[in-house]
Amino acid sequence: MDKPFAITLDPGSSLANKTGSWRTFRPVYLDRLPPCNAACPAGENIQGWLYHAESGDYEQAWRALTENNPLPAIMGRVCYHPCQGACNRQFVDSAVGINAVERFLGDEAIKRGWAFGKPMKRSGKRVLVVGAGPSGLSAAYHLARYGHAVEIHEAGPFAGGMMRFGIPKYRLPREVIEAEVQRILDMGVTLKLNTKVANIADAMKAGHFDAAFLAVGAHIGKRAFIPAADATRIVDAISVLRSMEGEEKPMLGRRVVVYGGGNTAIDVARTAKRMGAEEAIIVYRRTREKAPAHDSEIEEALQEGIMVKWLSTIKQADAGEITIEKMALDDKGFPQPTGEFEKLAADSVVLALGQDVDLGLLEGVPGLEVKNGVVQVGPNMMTGHAGIFAGGDMVPSERTVTVAVGHGKKAARHIDAWLAGEAYAPPPKHEVATFDKLNSWYYSEAPHQVRPVLDIIRRQSTFEEVVQGLDEGNTQFEARRCLSCGNCFECDNCYGVCPDNAVIKLGPGKRFQFNYDYCKGCGVCATECPCGAIKMVPEEN
Amino acid sequence: MSFQPVKFYQTGTFTVGNRLLPPEERSVQAQAKRYNSINSGHRACQGCGEALGARYAIDAAMEAVDGQLICANATGCLEVFSTPYPETSWQVPWIHSLFGNTAAVATGIAAALKVKKQQGEPRNIRVVAQGGDGGTTDIGFGCLSGMFERNDDVLYICYDNGGYMNTGIQRSSATPPAARTATTMAVGAEPGNVFGQGKFVPAIAMAHEIPYVATATVADLRDLEAKVRRAMEIRGARYIHILVPCPLGWGTASNETIRIARLAKETGMFPVFEAEHGEVKSVLAIRHPLPVEEYLKPQKRYAHLFGKTPQVEVIARLQELADRNIRKYGLLDGGER
Repeated sequence: MDKPFAITLDPGSSLANKTGSWRTFRPVYLDRLPPCNAACPAGENIQGWLYHAESGDYEQAWRALTENNPLPAIMGRVCYHPCQGACNRQFVDSAVGINAVERFLGDEAIKRGWAFGKPMKRSGKRVLVVGAGPSGLSAAYHLARYGHAVEIHEAGPFAGGMMRFGIPKYRLPREVIEAEVQRILDMGVTLKLNTKVANIADAMKAGHFDAAFLAVGAHIGKRAFIPAADATRIVDAISVLRSMEGEEKPMLGRRVVVYGGGNTAIDVARTAKRMGAEEAIIVYRRTREKAPAHDSEIEEALQEGIMVKWLSTIKQADAGEITIEKMALDDKGFPQPTGEFEKLAADSVVLALGQDVDLGLLEGVPGLEVKNGVVQVGPNMMTGHAGIFAGGDMVPSERTVTVAVGHGKKAARHIDAWLAGEAYAPPPKHEVATFDKLNSWYYSEAPHQVRPVLDIIRRQSTFEEVVQGLDEGNTQFEARRCLSCGNCFECDNCYGVCPDNAVIKLGPGKRFQFNYDYCKGCGVCATECPCGAIKMVPEEN
Repeated sequence: MSFQPVKFYQTGTFTVGNRLLPPEERSVQAQAKRYNSINSGHRACQGCGEALGARYAIDAAMEAVDGQLICANATGCLEVFSTPYPETSWQVPWIHSLFGNTAAVATGIAAALKVKKQQGEPRNIRVVAQGGDGGTTDIGFGCLSGMFERNDDVLYICYDNGGYMNTGIQRSSATPPAARTATTMAVGAEPGNVFGQGKFVPAIAMAHEIPYVATATVADLRDLEAKVRRAMEIRGARYIHILVPCPLGWGTASNETIRIARLAKETGMFPVFEAEHGEVKSVLAIRHPLPVEEYLKPQKRYAHLFGKTPQVEVIARLQELADRNIRKYGLLDGGER
């Protein structure tokens, strides 16, 4: 008995008391799908690449981004960023400027000359990509990464497809397209310009291709019947935009009327204004809310002095003048004629009523199904003919650059699997990290950084880029506005707030682990996790 | 503000850690090798605010004095759940006193250390006394006031959960008005704890004009750590009063502990400030002002206010108390004093 007075037992640690046995619910770490990622048509891991931009590692951010999309500088300019529409930060203040950060990364990559890694292996397979638009380029990039030999056949004189012939320079400078295309070609992809594929079966046979990805786009402007005098100049929007790329600029006159309400209508009206038109008027049969054009583009056009006649159709075109009829929406929301007419001075009428696909190259290919003027594909992007895949504007789609890029990636995955005699099974999607899963208390107040815009006079008279980029300072600020929805960003909250020390910190980049010996299952960690990366699940027994 | 907040780093200094901050700017609790002064295996209820607050505070104190710390602990939940003989969760030199004499025990330790120092002890060993609101505001109040007026070199930390929780949730002088406890039941004409009684000990501590008095909650870790650090820089009597929600006594879900503490601060029900020599020096401003209902509703101890006929008058009186706090301490303007 050498113990002090009144002491009969050695002091012990409470670690002997495994309080984990109290638990009825256990916390588990999980990655939820951030809404931005869920909304991205190109399947970018946006939260993933913003994570690197937050710490200023822009090259790593760019590499994470280009895992899914090889065209960030283009995307950062022309994408309609559905990610931002889905961003949870809009419920805190305003959405993260994902598009602006993407553009900064893309521009930084061009400036610094970052290159894609060369493919690790060669498969020995040859894939023909028809069309060097966003979809074809994306497919070529991913196929090349899988180790396949890729050849792109492009009918036109330049790569870029609709990004070049449909999107004006003031939205997408041509050097940007050149740089991002060249980077793909540097991986070993062959690009043959001015090479129209007349018949896909023949082209595949001639080039010994094992598979083909068709992405010829939709370049034929739709016509509408408008009673017109011989002297009236009626042209289609796509040929106007296309001729902007050539030597001979289109002659549209002083007063230009554009018929249609899509992005092409806006593009061509803004182009006409820059070409010197005194009046550029858009005539559209429905309302602004119903117009398919992106609202930010309508806004920019209105700022530049483009006029819009909503709820109007063109009834007749005469020399120097057109007649429009006022429409009214019926209770189903469809425009109906009112019998009220108006005259409008016009030197030319540009039809921007959508585009059709030139399906000539598919003649005689068995198994193909064409519906509503577009090629039908399965969930694996393969047409009815084995080995021929298709994507972009020529298949049923929303017809945006981003959707096209997404098609290219998806098709490449399936082509790669198909060439190996397998089927690609996409990994199961995580549950979406909706705003109610987050604890927004923890995020700093941080106002959205707005991209500078070119002054209005230069916007009306030149083709200089309208929307400018962010600099490094505000790019990093903007990136740090990311809430990292559903994905642990190692804020140490779970580790700190556990009343039982039952969270083990594994160190930078390794996240955390629960110590279930002592975790009582109180759930404080899950409630206080800012980004919703912890879930409470009932214990079995 | 007790500390310099960092902005624009995604979560700034709101979260426990932040990978974007340099390591020296991160909290004590974010360190992989923190002291864990009160370790796993303690018998506190699920989601205990006091266990959490004690680790926050004592870890910060240990960090501030390089582990040269002795703790005296009053009887109460904190002692009962952490140290059932012969086990203990404490990883600091720790002594359990009676319910009412912790401040006096700490005074004695401080006096002994002073003598040892005079006899050549090379280390600067510091003393913390801690207890719940019962041991502090009721039973130990005489000893506490004595320690203050003698300006003994002790940091006294009170973990305020508004009642005697481990003996079955009886009222203390820190139980807020209208709250239901086992001794202030939700029956009769004025159900729950009466208005106009009880005391706010931080204000009494300030009246002693001791060098440092502060309040904190478990919802603002950075603020709490900064206050403990500041307190350990000062010699003499210091007092920190930490609001620690009690899921059992307050009738809240175990996962809500921090959220409830945050609501107490955001509604103005609990003012978070620091004072030196009886004068308020800074306050932790309300970030998103909220009506008191937001704080009251999730707590079953106030359930009688929200029955079939909501006690709007009682709620209005509680709102008045919150508004008075907001006015008195300038909680909306960040306390530019």
